[in-house]
Parts: sequence; C-alpha cells; structure tokens
Amino acid sequence: MLIPPILSAPLHMIPIPLIERICRLMFGRIAKAHPGLFERLDEHREKRFAFLPTDLPLAFVVVPGKQEISVLRQPVDIVADAVTEAPLFLLLGLMEGRCDADALFFSRDLSVTGDMEAMLAMRNALDASNIDLQKDLAKLAGPFAPIARRVIGEVRDRALKDQMKPAGEAAAWN
Amino acid sequence: MELICPAGTPAAFHEAVDAGADAVYCGFRDETNARNFPGLNFSREELRESIAYAKRKGTQTFVALNTFMRAGSEEIWYKGAADAVALGADALILADFGLMAHVAEKYPQQRLHVSVQASASNPDAINFLVDAFNAQRVVLPRTLTIADIARIGKNIRCEMEVFVFGGLCVMAEGRCSLSSYATGKSPNMNGVCSPASHVRYRKDGGELVSELGEFTINRFPAGEAAGYPTLCKGRFDIADSNGYAFEDPVSLDVMGELEALKAAGVKALKIEGRQRGKAYVAEVVSTMKAALNSPPERRAPLLARLRSMSEGQKTTSGAYEKRWR
Repeated sequence: MLIPPILSAPLHMIPIPLIERICRLMFGRIAKAHPGLFERLDEHREKRFAFLPTDLPLAFVVVPGKQEISVLRQPVDIVADAVTEAPLFLLLGLMEGRCDADALFFSRDLSVTGDMEAMLAMRNALDASNIDLQKDLAKLAGPFAPIARRVIGEVRDRALKDQMKPAGEAAAWN
Repeated sequence: MELICPAGTPAAFHEAVDAGADAVYCGFRDETNARNFPGLNFSREELRESIAYAKRKGTQTFVALNTFMRAGSEEIWYKGAADAVALGADALILADFGLMAHVAEKYPQQRLHVSVQASASNPDAINFLVDAFNAQRVVLPRTLTIADIARIGKNIRCEMEVFVFGGLCVMAEGRCSLSSYATGKSPNMNGVCSPASHVRYRKDGGELVSELGEFTINRFPAGEAAGYPTLCKGRFDIADSNGYAFEDPVSLDVMGELEALKAAGVKALKIEGRQRGKAYVAEVVSTMKAALNSPPERRAPLLARLRSMSEGQKTTSGAYEKRWR
C-alpha cells in the first residue's frame, strides 16, 4: 500500500521544523514506552540510520544512542551509516515487527545499503521490541485518543492485508 | 511428528509458542551458536523468561550450542551448557564432540541432540554419538534423499529430526568453508555464514548487486526476486556461461512429502530461520501447524502462501526428492 500523491503532496509545503517536531514527539513517546528499545544495538547505538519512504518526499535520520531524529526533504544526499528504503507503511510494519524484512528484501520492496551489521542489529532490536504504534501513539491525540486508535488500527490492518500477496504458482521450483 | 520452530528473539519465541510449536530452538547472544548475528539471540534472563513461558504452554525449549569450541576458550561453551541446563532447557543441540563429551559427563540426565552442524549423516557416525554421548536425537543434513533417511532410520538407535521448511543449506554442514574462504569467518567457528560485516549491497542502474568480501555474489535485474549473499547461491561467470554454480536463491519446502517422511521414521520436523523476524515465525509456524493437521490434498494451497516469504520467492524439495542422479 502506497501513500497516494494527493496525501503526500502537502508535505512539500509543510515546514521541516514542524514535521521534525512532530517526529521527535512520536520518537520520544515510543522510546518512553520501550526503554530497552535499542539495547540490542550494542556498538551500533551511535550510528546514523536513514529511513527513506519511497512514497514520501521526506527522509528520516535517526541516531538511537542520542535519541535524535532529523527530517530532510528528498531528494537529498544522505549522510548515514546505513540506509533503508521502502514505502512508508512497510517501514512502519518493520518498526512494529509485523513485516519480515528478509521477505521484503527478497521481493525487492525494501532495499538496504551501507553498514549491514548496524542494519541487522537495528532490524533485530525493532523486531524484539513489541512496538505497537496504535497503542503507543494514540495517546498523543489527547481527548481524541480513541478516534486516533481506531484510525491507526484500520489503516494498519489494510496496509498489512495488501502486503501479504501470494507469489503464485510460477514460484515453485524443482 | 513434532514441529520444531526457530526463535531469534523473545518476541519471536512467544510467537512460535502461541502459533503451536511443539518445541522452540534458540541460542545465546554469543559465538556458541550458528546464528550469531548482530542484535539476535537471548540473554540468560531472556532465556529464563522464555523457557518459563514455554513450560506454561506445554512447549519444549531446545538450546543450540552448535559451533565448534576454540582451543583455550572452551569455558565459553561450557558456561553456555551449564546455564542452559540450569535454566531448564529440554534439550541441548550440540555439534562439537568435545562439548558432547563434556555435557554427557557433567549432566548425564540432560537430553542431547546432535546438531546438523555435526555432519552425522550415516548410521556409523550417528550410532557412535549415541553410544559415546547418549545422543537421543540427530538432526540430519539437507543433502539426503527421503530414501536415504529411511535407510538411516532403520539402522540407528536414536530419533531423527529433519528440516522441512526455510533456508536451504546445500553443503555438508559443519564442514563448509566457503564463508571462511571469502571472509575469514564461518558458521562453524564464529556462528556466521556470510557475516554482515562483509556484506555490501549497492545499486547499479536498475540492478541490485550483492557482494561478500571481495566477491560479487549476484546481480539481480530489476523485478527479479533477490536472495541472500551466500557463495553457495551465487551467480557466477564460469567459462563461457553465467549462472548458479551450486544452487539457485531458493528455500526448502518438503511439506508435500510428510507421509513419506513419517514412513521413513522421522520423529520431528524442523523449520529453519532463527535469523528471521517474528512476523515470519508467526506466519510460517501457524501455516505449518495447519498443514500438519490437514489432509494431504489440502496442504499445497496452505503452503503456497509462504513462497512469497521465501528466499528468491521460490521453494524446492532439494535433495529430499533428488531427480537428477
């Protein structure tokens, strides 16, 4: 499931500092809900991890050890140790461990470049963390939390349904 | 037949148990097991909690200590065995004969399984391990036909476990030196096949290029399903041709041969994939459990959905159904 251009287009106009502020709020909320989130990163904690949603005009660079997140406008020459590219909903699915990174790599929906040790450690840290964006982020909506929870849940269910596509009969070999 | 399922993290462990695994196998976060990848595996405390969870649900836990001990550093493996026993592991999966001897002597009541990494693939080798170390189960390599497995089963004095789904290693496991040749590290000694420290992916036009050390493993054109950067599944220029020298990027699936495996005397079916995410574990284990509980004619449609999660998005019965000899 891709973000339709009609929804991603306004992101060209919204000031980066505003987007960055929202992202930091969400990052802080997730880090608070999962204090051991990056424990598995070991020596990779201070590295720069870039996440590039292929259906958004934005890029996100995270330094887990400093709990830092910065937002850049794409296209941009990213300075990072490891770079992951995939549609936004797949990146979010990976964050929650609801998608399998290897399967997305095999299907070419996800691409990774740079430091593969750091990338693997990040993948495993996220997979082990039990992040639940519906639960973790809905609270940010204050009195509208129940509505936010329902909307996040519905969008997520739809995105995950789209992701599990059969490979077809031609995939049998031997 | 028992379903033996992989877990690389406590979260995946819970998924495997909840999806109906009869046993879950896992390892410590160090070089004592053959999936020693960054950020993967269990601390002692995580294993304690996971074993307790499994026991509450009636699921067994097998702990893999299936690398070969380094001379002078045996204590790392001995400590792993001592901790796994103390934490209540139902079985230890071992490859090194020295470690088997140590466990058999120190913990005679502990159930001992022979890892596929031990390369025990004929009755003489297996019965030696049964007699010498009281091994109660052997995990057979993925290089045998079902007829081979049946012949072995008739002549050994322990249970047989075979891989039925997941990564397909086509080499003599525990003896393969391809990764060592390319990187200096191996699954046998360091717990890593194609270590991430030596893997590089890059884009070249529309192609995805995978490299291991100084070797180009593959160039996947746009739209072609990708595979792991392992030498045994690399596409190489050989003389005047370009192709796969050993095996294609493909995963194992012999669930279509369940009846034959049962008739061959197989006691347990193993799913490969401790390095995979919890989503994979949940999907594969629940699908395999459903397939095991279904009549043969209903298994294929159930299992077809798993191909999209497989290496190269393809599956094969590999050597189990060898047709080319």
